[in-house]
Amino acid sequence: MALTNITIKERLIAKFGDQVSGFEEPYGMLTFESPKENNLKVLQFLYDDEELRFQFLTDLCAVHYPGQTGRELAVVYHLHNLVDNIRIRFKVFTDIEKPDVFTATQLYAAANWMERETYDFFGVQFVGHPNLKRILNVDEMDYFPLRKEYPLEDQTRIDKDDEMFARGGSSL
Amino acid sequence: MTEHHIKLPEGSIERSTTTLNLGPTHPATHGVFQNILELDGERIVSAEQTVGYIHRAFEKLAERRPLYQITPLTDRLNYCSSPINNMGWHLTCEKLLGVKTPKRVDYLRVIIMELARISDHLICNSIVGVDSGAYTGFLYVMQYRELIYEIYEEICGSRLTTNIGRIGGFERNFTNKAFEKLEKFLAEYPDVLREFQNLFSRNRIFMERTMGTGGIAAERALNYGFTGPNLRAAGIDYDVRVHTPYSSYEDFEFTIPVGKSGDNYDRFLVRNDEMWQSLHIIGQAYQKVQQFKGAEAEVFHADVPAYYLPEKKDVYSKMEALIWHFKIIMGETDIPPGEVYQSVEGGNGELGFYLISDGGRTPYRLHFRRPCFIYYQAYSELTKGAMLSDAIITMSSLNLIAGEMDA
Amino acid sequence: MSRPVRFNTTPIVADPKDNISLVGMPAGYSGEGFFATKMSDVVGLARKNSIWPLPFATSCCGIEFMATAASHYDIARFGAERMGFSPRQCDLLMVMGTIAKKMGPILKQVYLQMAEPRWVLAVGACASSGGIFDTYSVLQGIDQVIPVDVYVPGCPPRPEAILDGFMRIQDLIGKESLRRRTSEQYKALLGTYGIQ
Repeated sequence: MALTNITIKERLIAKFGDQVSGFEEPYGMLTFESPKENNLKVLQFLYDDEELRFQFLTDLCAVHYPGQTGRELAVVYHLHNLVDNIRIRFKVFTDIEKPDVFTATQLYAAANWMERETYDFFGVQFVGHPNLKRILNVDEMDYFPLRKEYPLEDQTRIDKDDEMFARGGSSL
Repeated sequence: MTEHHIKLPEGSIERSTTTLNLGPTHPATHGVFQNILELDGERIVSAEQTVGYIHRAFEKLAERRPLYQITPLTDRLNYCSSPINNMGWHLTCEKLLGVKTPKRVDYLRVIIMELARISDHLICNSIVGVDSGAYTGFLYVMQYRELIYEIYEEICGSRLTTNIGRIGGFERNFTNKAFEKLEKFLAEYPDVLREFQNLFSRNRIFMERTMGTGGIAAERALNYGFTGPNLRAAGIDYDVRVHTPYSSYEDFEFTIPVGKSGDNYDRFLVRNDEMWQSLHIIGQAYQKVQQFKGAEAEVFHADVPAYYLPEKKDVYSKMEALIWHFKIIMGETDIPPGEVYQSVEGGNGELGFYLISDGGRTPYRLHFRRPCFIYYQAYSELTKGAMLSDAIITMSSLNLIAGEMDA
Repeated sequence: MSRPVRFNTTPIVADPKDNISLVGMPAGYSGEGFFATKMSDVVGLARKNSIWPLPFATSCCGIEFMATAASHYDIARFGAERMGFSPRQCDLLMVMGTIAKKMGPILKQVYLQMAEPRWVLAVGACASSGGIFDTYSVLQGIDQVIPVDVYVPGCPPRPEAILDGFMRIQDLIGKESLRRRTSEQYKALLGTYGIQ
């Protein structure tokens, strides 16, 4: 019997009850969320279960939703079951005041640098990570650039005139 | 976190390790990344990698640009095979927008993507040769990379960062000159590849340098998120073209070459075999394209005027075409809200695009799943206990492209 | 609908017996057994035809550089046969590719290690001005940290453009005064970059 999104959803609800919610299927990929305390339990279940076998971490990233108070930062895991060829997306939301999420490095070695990148860009603190420091930006940077409140350009540059680039410039 | 000058046990060559900084500017690091190695004589005790020396903030840039302006950004991810990145991005947009491309467009896309794959593997394999001392192979195959560049030029105008194609197809039909050059390539390249293979595959020096070094077990590779030729060299036959076919790859017959031990020699052979498979696919695709006759042979894009620039004569005469043209150029097209993940088989593995749109003119969040970044983590494990020269060969056989690593 | 080709419709076929160009002799006064010319001309002639470049290739322009160094475009026929990777032994620093802020200090360190006379060629839009990456992490042009002699625009520039930039550097080297590197103006230029 082939593994389908419905089966995965049923197994998850059977195991976790109302801890998993927000089931959607945008463009065919099952997406769900869970409170951030459970992220390792859900990942471990998806890894160990004989039917589900989501043993490949395709991607780990974060998204910043400044409008949703209490749930500003979403950490998104894309998992792949290579044997049955199914992908799912698992999200955990966290508060921006205290963005602590448990690290997945024990389970997936691939998560190491991906979590460092997420920390670098968004400031998500991964609890238990062996080496959580900045990876892509300079070490001395003191803010998290991909959050929505920070601008793209380097504000200290003097040679590019914002007005010429249609970005408002000094008049606004 | 590595400590420097680690104390070594009895029987080692030195009493504490020597710290050697390899990179970021070094002839062996192709692209800028740094390795701080702790050496016991010539053996590596530990390696610590630093990346980010070419971090260009693609993901933040993409939040500022409408969909068409992101294509030049994707070019610069894995710049040795930029058409694959472009096609991957167009496929992501087509998935989000619900655009279905005609078969002829798919086959033309396959031709371009496989040419790009050959071009990428040629660079990787010839540079492995250069790093082990054989400069001739590199000079010899660069001639045929120039021919691939000429084919790109016929289609899109530029050589390296191609910005090729549009949402729904291509910007112009392939000219007869492009097909002539493709035929020349298909006729001449197999002999070149055979000669290149003969230079290295059974060459005693090359085999001794690359066999048994930089190997990884299949389970560890999977756990580290390896994809692409590096994973296939370790023994797992995961190829996005077969698992989640895109752009009509299911219509083609090809095999996936798989290695055994994941060492440098296996990676070299897997890439060589993939080039043969790519040639096979291009031949099939070219035959299929030639079977379209008459009006069908003029189809080079899907009929989606909302996302594909209308023809100039329509823009000058019809009102809707003018409006579409204006909206597309100014980047004010309506993108439906939603989130989509699309991946393609890039030169290095599964290149994924995670696009979240909130209905605005630019993406809300665009994340690139970059294979180089993910598998470079394993470098310290791959080189533990290896000699310094093996570390250099491992680095170049992993095909680390700095643009893709840092994005 | 493509326009008909107007230029280069009858390309010249290369003839090895005919199209060999030799380096011209500098202007001078010659007689039997001697040739008198300016010292700077002779030194410039020697230096410009035997440049040892340091390819500081960071990204996509580096691949076009590899194509320039390969046999089709062949930078070796301009004298750059030996690509050095040690700054101590090189004349020309060719910066090819985006320089991020993280890389800036390293670029400066490499430049400082080069011995006089040294020239800098900024290849590509990113090295010249930051290119398409007007972001918080990219240095908007390497002339923020080191003095540049020739800029080659393009993204990436064609190998012919890189060779053109190389030939302009050759012009600069051929005409350079022998006293330039010790002059007050040059020291002031380096002073603006914080280099003593």
